[in-house]
Amino acid sequence: MPIDILMPALSPTMEEGVLAKWHVKVGDEIKSGDILAEIETDKATMEVEAVDEGKLLEILVPDGTSGVKINTVIARIEGDGGLAAPAPTVAPAPAAVTPAPAVSAAPVSVNAAPSNNSGERVFASPLARRIAQQNGVDLASIKGTGPNGRIVKADVEGVKGGAKPSVASSNAPQAAAKAPATIANMPYKEGSYDIVPLDGMRRTIAKRLSESFRDVPHFPLNVDIEIDKLLEVRKQLNAQAETMGGKISVNDLIIKATALALKAVPEANASFSDEGILMHHHADVAVAVAIDGGLITPIVRNAELKGILQISNEIKELASKAKNRKLLPEEYSGGTFSVSNLGMFGIKSFSSIINEPQGCILSVGAGEQRPVVKNGALAIATVMSVTLTCDHRVVDGAIGAKWVQSFKGFLENPISLML
Amino acid sequence: MAENFDLVVIGGGPGGYVAAIRAAQLGMKTALVEREHLGGICLNWGCIPTKALLASADIYEKMNHAAAFGLSVQGASFDLGKIVERSRGVSKQLSTGVGFLLKKNKVTVFDATAKLVKGIDAPKVIAIAKDGKQTEIIAKNVILATGARARTIPQAGLEPDGNLIWTYKEALVPNTMPKRLLVIGSGAIGIEFASFFKALGAEVTVVEALDRVMPVEDKEISDFAAKQFKKRGMNILTSANVKGLKKTANEVTATIEIGGKAQEITADRVILAVGIVGNVENLGLEELGVKIDRTHIVTDGMGTTNVKGLHAIGDVAGAPWLAHKASHEGISCVEKIAGKHAHPIDPRKVPGCTYATPQVASVGLTEAKAKELGYEIRVGRFPFVGNGKAIALGEPEGLVKTVFDAKTGELLGAHMVGAEVTEMIQGYVVAMGLETTEVQLMDTIFPHPTLSEMMHESVLDAYGRAVHI
Repeated sequence: MPIDILMPALSPTMEEGVLAKWHVKVGDEIKSGDILAEIETDKATMEVEAVDEGKLLEILVPDGTSGVKINTVIARIEGDGGLAAPAPTVAPAPAAVTPAPAVSAAPVSVNAAPSNNSGERVFASPLARRIAQQNGVDLASIKGTGPNGRIVKADVEGVKGGAKPSVASSNAPQAAAKAPATIANMPYKEGSYDIVPLDGMRRTIAKRLSESFRDVPHFPLNVDIEIDKLLEVRKQLNAQAETMGGKISVNDLIIKATALALKAVPEANASFSDEGILMHHHADVAVAVAIDGGLITPIVRNAELKGILQISNEIKELASKAKNRKLLPEEYSGGTFSVSNLGMFGIKSFSSIINEPQGCILSVGAGEQRPVVKNGALAIATVMSVTLTCDHRVVDGAIGAKWVQSFKGFLENPISLML
Repeated sequence: MAENFDLVVIGGGPGGYVAAIRAAQLGMKTALVEREHLGGICLNWGCIPTKALLASADIYEKMNHAAAFGLSVQGASFDLGKIVERSRGVSKQLSTGVGFLLKKNKVTVFDATAKLVKGIDAPKVIAIAKDGKQTEIIAKNVILATGARARTIPQAGLEPDGNLIWTYKEALVPNTMPKRLLVIGSGAIGIEFASFFKALGAEVTVVEALDRVMPVEDKEISDFAAKQFKKRGMNILTSANVKGLKKTANEVTATIEIGGKAQEITADRVILAVGIVGNVENLGLEELGVKIDRTHIVTDGMGTTNVKGLHAIGDVAGAPWLAHKASHEGISCVEKIAGKHAHPIDPRKVPGCTYATPQVASVGLTEAKAKELGYEIRVGRFPFVGNGKAIALGEPEGLVKTVFDAKTGELLGAHMVGAEVTEMIQGYVVAMGLETTEVQLMDTIFPHPTLSEMMHESVLDAYGRAVHI
């Protein structure tokens, strides 16, 4: 009897994905472990391995189909005669890199979108559906206030009437009032450009950061930090670390200082929700990593409890996985604070966009020799400018400043990082 | 001595006792203070005992029309005392039942009058038992569910005297079977008593100040009902004002003004049903500064008042004065106190039922109100005479009317008159609650043969698709 191959859920929050490419064709003999297809989610591309064996009878969802819901039958294999129970036929293998053009290191970071709406069944009353349809309102962009989040008439009318739309944090690609950014609306001549299609990651970046920049009341705090002592300590540490097979970067020390400052000023380790402010117990520091086609923010968990070498090794491993798009969803979702470092590009100072639902993001510039005034005289010091962008709903100016002060203290007295 | 609770509810009617049980279910240590009977007016002096009386009247009427069904009944008669005794028995059984429910849910019941004084989290409640013993009850939250009573207008002599002039309370335990009865007010209470005494053979006159009976109902429905009442021999005077009541030893003469002309009507008994007023007195509310609008406590629709920790639900919190509204409000209020997600009541989704002959039931907007609000509407109608079950039951008089928003297909209102409509209205209430459009109602399979098929047909009719008419 034929065995159904179902669209797998590659992460706990995944509801649908793009069937990017089939690696097999009808008639192929499939062996357990063969790569059947590549599935693209908003975060990653993963390969689907065969569990069952047999001849591929049919492919029901062709290459490049987007919005394929999990558990949709995507193909059938013959299976052997009497075998019943088409149990889980596919297992996700977190692997594969999508060939994506364009490299850019945006001073922003993306975390796992809480994809509460994307593609999943939208619960809405028949009346809400009809009013939405009549007014061109996208139901997926509305947060329901009915039982269990069901979208009711009042929710749709709130949006169409121009009252504050209770837009869910994901899946609202355009602000209601803004004209869609279609090519037809742009003043560029056809033929004067190439089009790079939007992949899942690019769409997520566009969506989440637009929402964050628009909806989160944010403000930056700047400070200059002298890092001569830090560089000296790093040199000493590396002399030790190299014997242990590691090499500590300034960024590793920054992550450690970030974690310690979050422990010292826990109010900055917070997230806003309508039901109240979440005060996180641990410093789960998300580190922005530029990768082909975008960026991703793997997380150093419980960073306040970890030693510098351990942090350093973890970041190296996460960054390498990220570059190969091999990060598992749990490795890039649920950070409580982000750090984005563009120092290696010589950027002096910048401010990042809040990585919702985190309360703050730290932007780190290049360390460079600058003239400073010390005891009334000019002197030379290695100075690094950092900017903390705060979500004012959870982190007020004084708290942000307290955190920056603490962070600066750890870096300028680097011996305290060892405690 | 003082006792501590999470919640104390004042009043054991359908608002109060339901709120207390819900609170207990949510783990609150709950007390309930009731001065008279558990179950309140609804169960003891309202909804329930009147239904018991009307059940007797209905059987009596059916006996009188037995021949139409091929039956013969000779010498049908009634004993008013026994009808009333049965009605009281029904109330007593249910009131005892409420006591058991409260006990089962571990709600502490104080058989006492309550008074509020200033407290910390919420006002303190002083429960004063009949023997004068006082208990101080301290709770984080207090819910007032003290209900309402009949409105009286002493200036016009509209004041019960316990003998010739009754309110619903006296009318439920009548000291005599009036030969001539004058009912002042044609809302649900007035019309139900008028129907009851009419069925038992009284000569009944109903006086209504507005231009039609049951003025809150859709005009088409109240006109239909009025025609039926008149057909049954009821005398109905609309746009009529009672200027005064003159009493003699055994009868009352009312001066009634209609269109500037005064006329006199003499009756053996008068029932006052000119509205109700909230029980807001003697509770200490003035001292606490509780905001009161005329006779009801001002709330946010989920019971919250302007005084910290003090909530009000049911009749005392304002119209519509209906037991099911009180219960629902009680639950919303308690769930809000418990930090759960609660919604204020949408008055458009509160059904209303009148148990006259014929019955009337409705929910949502009337046709006129929908037009007034600027809706472009579609109206569906289906008469009882087109329904097989109605004919089989010998109930060919009635109408089911539905009002839809022509643009969105939203069911704006449903209005029914006829046999058993009070048992059917909830179908439309569920539909409105779930926000169905005409499509889901049309797609629903209604069982045959039932009166409910008319609900389907009425919807179909609104869209020009009725089958059986």
